[in-house]
Amino acid sequence: MTAVSVTVNGKTVSAEIEPRTLLVQLLRDRLGLTGTHVGCDTSQCGACVVHVNGKAVKSCTMLALSCDGAKVTTIEGIGSPEMLHPMQRAFQDHHGLQCGFCTPGMIMSALDLVTRKGMKLDESTIRKELEGNLCRCTGYHNIVKAIGAGAQAMGAAELQAAE
Amino acid sequence: MYAFEYVRPSTLSEAERALAAQPGAKLLAGGQSLIPALKLRLNRVPLLIDLSAITGLNRIERRGNLLAIGAMTTHAEVAASSVVKAAIPGLVHLAGNIGDPQVRNAGTIGGSLANNDPAADYPAAALALAAMLKTNRQEIAADNHFSGLFAGFAEDEILTEILFPIPRRFAYSKFPNPASRFALVGCAVAQAATGVRVVATGAGANGVFRVPELETALSASFSPDGLKRIVIDSSNLTSDIHGDAEYRAHLIGVMTKRAVDACLA
Repeated sequence: MTAVSVTVNGKTVSAEIEPRTLLVQLLRDRLGLTGTHVGCDTSQCGACVVHVNGKAVKSCTMLALSCDGAKVTTIEGIGSPEMLHPMQRAFQDHHGLQCGFCTPGMIMSALDLVTRKGMKLDESTIRKELEGNLCRCTGYHNIVKAIGAGAQAMGAAELQAAE
Repeated sequence: MYAFEYVRPSTLSEAERALAAQPGAKLLAGGQSLIPALKLRLNRVPLLIDLSAITGLNRIERRGNLLAIGAMTTHAEVAASSVVKAAIPGLVHLAGNIGDPQVRNAGTIGGSLANNDPAADYPAAALALAAMLKTNRQEIAADNHFSGLFAGFAEDEILTEILFPIPRRFAYSKFPNPASRFALVGCAVAQAATGVRVVATGAGANGVFRVPELETALSASFSPDGLKRIVIDSSNLTSDIHGDAEYRAHLIGVMTKRAVDACLA
């Protein structure tokens, strides 16, 4: 067993884990953060996407020990049922989900996209950038709409905060 | 995954010592190929040496006529680099189309070259650009390194930096498998003072290879025009459920033409 210390959603947590423990296993099985999902378990579907030091990665394809000392953000860290993040709100408003299994990964990827490409996103950019996230229900159309609207809402919220 | 021991050294010399002390130990870079292989139990290692805490292995620098990229530089970092864009813009395009955004945030150029998957993108660029692979012990010419599948490094070698001579023109074009997004066939074309190189990936079981028929034609005239008429020998190419050898031979011509178009654009 090896000690690992990670700051998850702003809170520093430590655990003794086997070296082969994946980041997603640490999050779900040890920390009880089950919002991050395991879909394909082969780094294709993106249901397990979280942010490590501000960058979106697939937590099913990363060792927890590689994240020692890192800052990890999961879907639980961006909003709450009472205070949804603007991107979460946009998924609700635009019916960007049906079964909801892919949604946490979609939202974490969408936030990474906003960080990299800004808050004005055209449809083709969003579609290309969703390459690493699979949805088997929606046909993507409403997800794409939700991300565009969510990014815009984030821009509006930022403007409001600045005023 | 089978259980393994794990260390995460903070210096290269610590990593070297750990590698020398444990036969069969493997280096972990971005893990985007190694971790899936371990998860499928295709691979079993006594010790993983994680290189992610070693500082200085992800520098991107222009040195005269060379572009130097640290082995632990991620695909996303290469794709976003203004230094790479100014020196070899085709590499920005290549890096920005590997896998998907999340894979690009983790996967590294050194990991891709060391693993040398027969359908990987970077090996095609390294061979086309006649790159030098710098390890803790020596500099290896891409020409020697990519002479067969997993030609690889010595057991105690660690890839630290890749040196690309800056060409006159370079572009890479791939036909991605729609499911895996690996190159069904990808072609890299480089035009330098030393000549024209055309390298195909995804098409040979032993990894990347140069395509002499196309190199000869492009050396005579660097233009996409004559390329259609050239028939690529399919006898040594891969045939699998995704496409047979003849199809791949055809794609080599098409992808090379697209790369030449991109070179001239």
